[in-house]
Amino acid sequence: MKTRYSLVIVGAGPAGLSASVVAANLGVDVALLDEQRMPGGQIYRAMESVPAERAMRLGEEYQRGRGLVSAMRESRVDYFPDSEVWSLNQRREIGLVHAGVARVIGADQVLIANGAMERPLPFPGWTLPGVMNAGAGQILFKAHGLVPADGVVLAGSGPLLLLLAWQYLHAGVAIEAILDLTPMHNHLRALPHLPRALLARHYLGKGLAYKKDLKRAGVQTLRNITDLHAAGDGRLETITFRHKGRRRTLATQLLLTHFGVAPRIHLSQAAGCRHCWDDSQQCWRPLLDGWGNSSIDGILIAGDGAGIGGARAAEHAGRLAAWQMACALGRIDSDERDRLARDDRGWLRAERHVRPFLDAFFRIPGSLLVTSRDDTIVCRCEEITAGEIRAAVAQGHDDANQVKFLTRCGMGACQGRQCAASVAHIVAAQGGKHPANGGPFRGRPPVAPLTLGQLASLYPEESE
Amino acid sequence: MAARHADVLIIGGGLMGFSTALHLAKRDVSVIVVEKDSPGRHASGVNAGGLRRLNRHPAEIPLSVAAADIWRHIESLLGDDCGARFPGQIRVAESDADMRLLEERAALVRSLGYTHEEIIDRDELYQRVPALAPHCKGALMCRDDGYARPFHALTAFRHKACSLGVAHFPGTRVDGIERIADGWRLMTPKGEFRAPLLVNCAGAWAGHVAAVLDEPVPLRPGAPMLMISERLPPFVQPVLGAASRKLSFKQMGNGTLLIGGAHRAELDFAHQTTTLNWARLATSARTVMALFPQLDNVRIVRAWAGIEAFMPDDLPVIGASSVSPDAWHAFGFSAHGFQLSPIVGRILSELILDGGSDLPIEAFRIERFR
Repeated sequence: MKTRYSLVIVGAGPAGLSASVVAANLGVDVALLDEQRMPGGQIYRAMESVPAERAMRLGEEYQRGRGLVSAMRESRVDYFPDSEVWSLNQRREIGLVHAGVARVIGADQVLIANGAMERPLPFPGWTLPGVMNAGAGQILFKAHGLVPADGVVLAGSGPLLLLLAWQYLHAGVAIEAILDLTPMHNHLRALPHLPRALLARHYLGKGLAYKKDLKRAGVQTLRNITDLHAAGDGRLETITFRHKGRRRTLATQLLLTHFGVAPRIHLSQAAGCRHCWDDSQQCWRPLLDGWGNSSIDGILIAGDGAGIGGARAAEHAGRLAAWQMACALGRIDSDERDRLARDDRGWLRAERHVRPFLDAFFRIPGSLLVTSRDDTIVCRCEEITAGEIRAAVAQGHDDANQVKFLTRCGMGACQGRQCAASVAHIVAAQGGKHPANGGPFRGRPPVAPLTLGQLASLYPEESE
Repeated sequence: MAARHADVLIIGGGLMGFSTALHLAKRDVSVIVVEKDSPGRHASGVNAGGLRRLNRHPAEIPLSVAAADIWRHIESLLGDDCGARFPGQIRVAESDADMRLLEERAALVRSLGYTHEEIIDRDELYQRVPALAPHCKGALMCRDDGYARPFHALTAFRHKACSLGVAHFPGTRVDGIERIADGWRLMTPKGEFRAPLLVNCAGAWAGHVAAVLDEPVPLRPGAPMLMISERLPPFVQPVLGAASRKLSFKQMGNGTLLIGGAHRAELDFAHQTTTLNWARLATSARTVMALFPQLDNVRIVRAWAGIEAFMPDDLPVIGASSVSPDAWHAFGFSAHGFQLSPIVGRILSELILDGGSDLPIEAFRIERFR
């Protein structure tokens, strides 16, 4: 690894892959850093190693990643797997650990393309062993072919829930039930966005086809579910919920939940990029221009980390950012940039047709965002409950950062990545304010694991 | 909007501001605290929380000793223990030269009539800190020094002050300070505040206030960095420093290690933003590894910097204005003000209400920068 590159891209998912290929083909020296051991990101995880049969079960959208990955492999991109970025600053100095060794490298341009994370949503019992994110279930399937052996209940709201159910169905997994927590009134809320979404009808068609397959296979789907509780002695044994006015209980050892995805902003936050609250996606996202430029010169963001748009949108946004960066680096002029970008810009627009409909349809209701039970753990690292957060607000700490200072929520191993949005929602609801009040948790690096020994190995020339 | 009135206006909702407010309110003075951000947003809330008399500048020793008495019974003052613990603070000697320095220091403190700083020999050092690397020679120790949790302390001061009637206006930036016939007027986006008396506890921003009062000071804002580790099983009780290295090291009650050492971040003061300097933090990590090599694989979970006021002589400004008979200052604590905060509030309340204090504060006069 060199100590300096013209362009460093963080994340080898669709945005990072497409950007790296465009830039490398324009003669830019590109380092592509990725925390996984193989390229593809979450969506195309294990693309190069997955057996053909599993790839087929994962569906054609998954297999689309093959072209992106091989284009990167054939290009002159310096690709570094097993690389976790723990710091990025305004001077575009990047701290990373590659293969266990810490380094700091410089870049003229940086593209953050580290995607999305599942929206963690605290509900009673969500920290019990046996309760997992649907995304984690999907990772185990993609990377290792692991599926639940003794049946599974899927619960939540969002496209991934349906996709995973469909993938499991094809893998022969016994799905005990799908609990759809999407509120009925979301259908009405989404209706005005339907005409535009029909411009991207293949997405809607796919969703309907998955539903049909699941119904034909006799998978029980219960809709308009509320009051989800997981319970058990030391691990998950039962789940209870409200359906059609009745309280019901299911016995299960595995519950996979999904409540949509949100941009991973910890790196852009640590760098000091400006962020805004996105009301339609109910999350923080970086403020960007049409090329992906953040508020900091030379730091761009593309893909789901910029706001949820999906894999194909990420691919286009990655290319747009690459042309912009090539232009900033003097490889092409702005006319050339604009000409090259025309097609991707159009396709990106087309990709976004379906988004307002999906955002409205899968909008998480306030009753789920803000757990009503005071004993529900919100920060699982420090085991801070909703009640403790509310008590801090009642003492006059009316923004999330002050609540963090006082209660330690968000100060544990994950540094608030899991609980930041939940805390913001609870604080806002309790204080009668908007979740954007007071801003997100302040980004405090390292944003990925870094040991004292690794830190001590840096800058050996400096001593005092 | 009608102006709000009080007897005393305090600019700065940090530890010094709320400690002063609390001590004034205890004597039935009405106080308004105006804070541009949230309470304790900067140095007060994010410092290392050291309760240290060890190695203070001689001028600070009487204040620090008096403050230690208050900290030991902080619950009786605030109704909250602020997470205060007193496992001692130790300054380690890594060489014979270090040891000589520490012995000279102990002699100096004794000559001033104090006994709180003691030399401990190698055996006692390793008995107290068995995990320490084997090369150390001995140490200087304050047996009942310790630490507290800064934001909790700030919150406790604020709650107590407010329970005694102090009015607190966070998110209220002072845009203008004006002398009026019967005292002072502060202009803020949230309206006007008026009082006969004014106190400047504005931390890193106190230089602005002093300049407006027509007594500029050579205050330099700085942003010392701290980092904290994952939780570890308990292995070190006292707070550790080193005689010839920049270090402040302690294991908190929850098992995390708090590592400081006065290494500074890059500061953009106008925007109130800091950029961590990893080269200096690497030095800090090497210092820790030299004393505790077994911590090699311990994960750092968070690093940050807080914005603090530094004076050229590293001594605070505490006392009356040199130009206005109805204004006072307490700022410039140069990264060692946390422990002093309860006594500084008391001193200011005495200066304001009694015209003087029993404690020697000559060295902290603002006139020294004329």
